[in-house]
Amino acid sequence: MTDAPLLEVRNLTRRYKLPRQSLLRRSPVLTALEGAGFSLRAGETLGVVGESGSGKSTLARLIMAFERPDAGEVLFNGSDLHALSSEELRGLRRGFQMVFQDPFGSLNPRRRIGWSIAEPLRANGEETQVTYRVAEALEQVGLHPADAGKYPHEFSGGQRQRIAIARAIITKPALLVADEAVSALDVSVQAQILNLLMDLQDDLGLGMVFISHDLAVVASICDRVLVLQHGKTLESGPAADVLRAPEHPYTKTLLKAAGAHT
Amino acid sequence: MIELESLSAHFGNAAALRDANLQIRRGDRLGIVGESGSGKTMLALCLMGMAPDSAHLTGRLSIDGRDMATATERDWRQMRSRRVAMVFQEPMAALNPLRRVGDTVMEPMLLHENLSRAEARARALSLFEEVGILNPEQRLRQFPHEMSGGQRQRVLIALALACNPALLIADEPTTALDANVALRITDLLQRLARERDMALVFISHDLAAVARATQEIVVMYGGDMVERGPTAEVLATPQHPYTKGLLGARPDPAEAGRDANGKRRRLPTIPGSVPPLHGLPQGCRFAGRCPVELAHCADQRPVFTPTEPGRGAACHLLSETGHD
Ligand SMILES: Nc1ncnc2c1ncn2[C@@H]1O[C@H](COP(=O)(O)OP(=O)(O)OP(=O)(O)O)[C@@H](O)[C@H]1O
Ligand SMILES: Nc1ncnc2c1ncn2[C@@H]1O[C@H](COP(=O)(O)OP(=O)(O)O)[C@@H](O)[C@H]1O
Ligand code: SF4
Ligand SMILES: [Mg+2]
Ligand SMILES: [Mg+2]
Repeated sequence: MTDAPLLEVRNLTRRYKLPRQSLLRRSPVLTALEGAGFSLRAGETLGVVGESGSGKSTLARLIMAFERPDAGEVLFNGSDLHALSSEELRGLRRGFQMVFQDPFGSLNPRRRIGWSIAEPLRANGEETQVTYRVAEALEQVGLHPADAGKYPHEFSGGQRQRIAIARAIITKPALLVADEAVSALDVSVQAQILNLLMDLQDDLGLGMVFISHDLAVVASICDRVLVLQHGKTLESGPAADVLRAPEHPYTKTLLKAAGAHT
Repeated sequence: MIELESLSAHFGNAAALRDANLQIRRGDRLGIVGESGSGKTMLALCLMGMAPDSAHLTGRLSIDGRDMATATERDWRQMRSRRVAMVFQEPMAALNPLRRVGDTVMEPMLLHENLSRAEARARALSLFEEVGILNPEQRLRQFPHEMSGGQRQRVLIALALACNPALLIADEPTTALDANVALRITDLLQRLARERDMALVFISHDLAAVARATQEIVVMYGGDMVERGPTAEVLATPQHPYTKGLLGARPDPAEAGRDANGKRRRLPTIPGSVPPLHGLPQGCRFAGRCPVELAHCADQRPVFTPTEPGRGAACHLLSETGHD
């Protein structure tokens, strides 16, 4: 085991141009993320919390290299994703995968789920042993290999989230980015999915960036926490410290909303 | 004011709601919790006379002493918005995207109370202020898509209050909102109920929100009311195995972290998942998932057993061990 970080994010900034108010004025610019930085080792989980619009998903998209930052770096196993050619990036992609919030929206309703789960394999041109690997991924998330032949509407919300996770781990990634992956679920189902993510992390040694607006959820699964507001990092540190003694009033509000007594 | 006695709703042979009993008095603040599919919305729709046509209703439902179980749509229209009003789960779907929100809010006043436009506008304005919408004058002229989720939810609350209902039903009013906004909407509903001496039925799967907003709570599972009592007491010392499971599954920051071996602590869960309506056991709906199940639970329906004044649960363990 080396101590080198799996993921290192340095001074990451992303600005969006908003529509022009008038022809004479310059388009206003919204800074969705400003100077974000952290590092993450294999087997570790970083929680990202913040209210709606605080920049959480923007951070996720930059880590996944779905879009480019205006400044800063994303180092995955030491290589800066945003400095690579698209060819080089494609070669690395299987190493980092994402689980989205809305499992229904991200599964093709007209395709059997086995097809959807195999999507990242096809994207990487890995065409061998597909059936076997889909079956393996389904078992890893607590579903049955035979479920590969069913359609999304035949599953409950919790099962669909398991399917989305199966799709994310099928390439055997080292890093998982989960954006509000349990937010739409009932508490009991949510607990099952959180436990599943912890199991997978233990078994596969995954590093995880876990995004949520719910601080109690984040605390249950994360080693360290990063609190965002309006794109800025308000505080970051070990989860236990941030929860025990939140420095920022905003973090206290998040704690209160999570039902904790402070 | 409102009384339900053995109210059931069936789709074919499957019961979405089974023998619901409920009394709501003026000023009551009642929370209804349970996982999705437990029958919360079905119950709310029954209280509004809006259950789908395909649902077969049995039992008694009375409002202000009037029997509404067999009431016609015309009778219900009299009741709705003046006696009972509802804030729906999905704020965007409940607002007409092509109408200014002010016009939407004024409509029931013009329709049910014969107010003049000027009177209706004045009331809409004061309602917007009451529900905490800033710049109410301007907001009245806006369209739904020009507002945030939280603002839209406030408009819907104003709309529900338009004709001063005696009971306001809020179905998952905060589920689509982020934490901070949800907190403010929860507090707003609670405050409105108090200030107006209006009854509030607050439906949610967010236990923290229900704890803030209500005095009494009903826990539902598989269409049954499985536990009820004062909110604080039920949440502190749940008696039904399902309520215990639900509360236990909530992530608790105090329990989080890693154990001595460096392994992260897992969350307690309820095993399995809610079966589809037609797959629910005929006896206790929770049988099959219950960690303390008895041999006859799946076939025999537990009766509701009072455990303390105003508290009780429907579970064989309670009825058999006896309680004082
Ligand atoms: N493509 C885009 N063009 C313009 N603005 C954008 C774009 N994507 C995001 N934004 C803005 O950037 C800010 C951060 O958005 P982001 O989606 O990262 O928030 P979030 O923290 O994930 O919120 P939520 O909890 O609602 O998902 C918001 O103000 C958003 O409106
Ligand atoms: N129109 C309908 N036809 C058939 N089943 C329905 C209909 N509406 C609701 N149900 C079923 O009734 C049960 C209770 O639903 P609902 O009251 O919406 O639950 P909740 O609001 O607690 O999530 C669910 O199993 C649901 O699938
Ligand atoms: S009646 Fe039986 S199955 Fe139902 S909750 Fe009680 S012990 Fe569990
Ligand atoms: Mg987001
Ligand atoms: Mg519902």
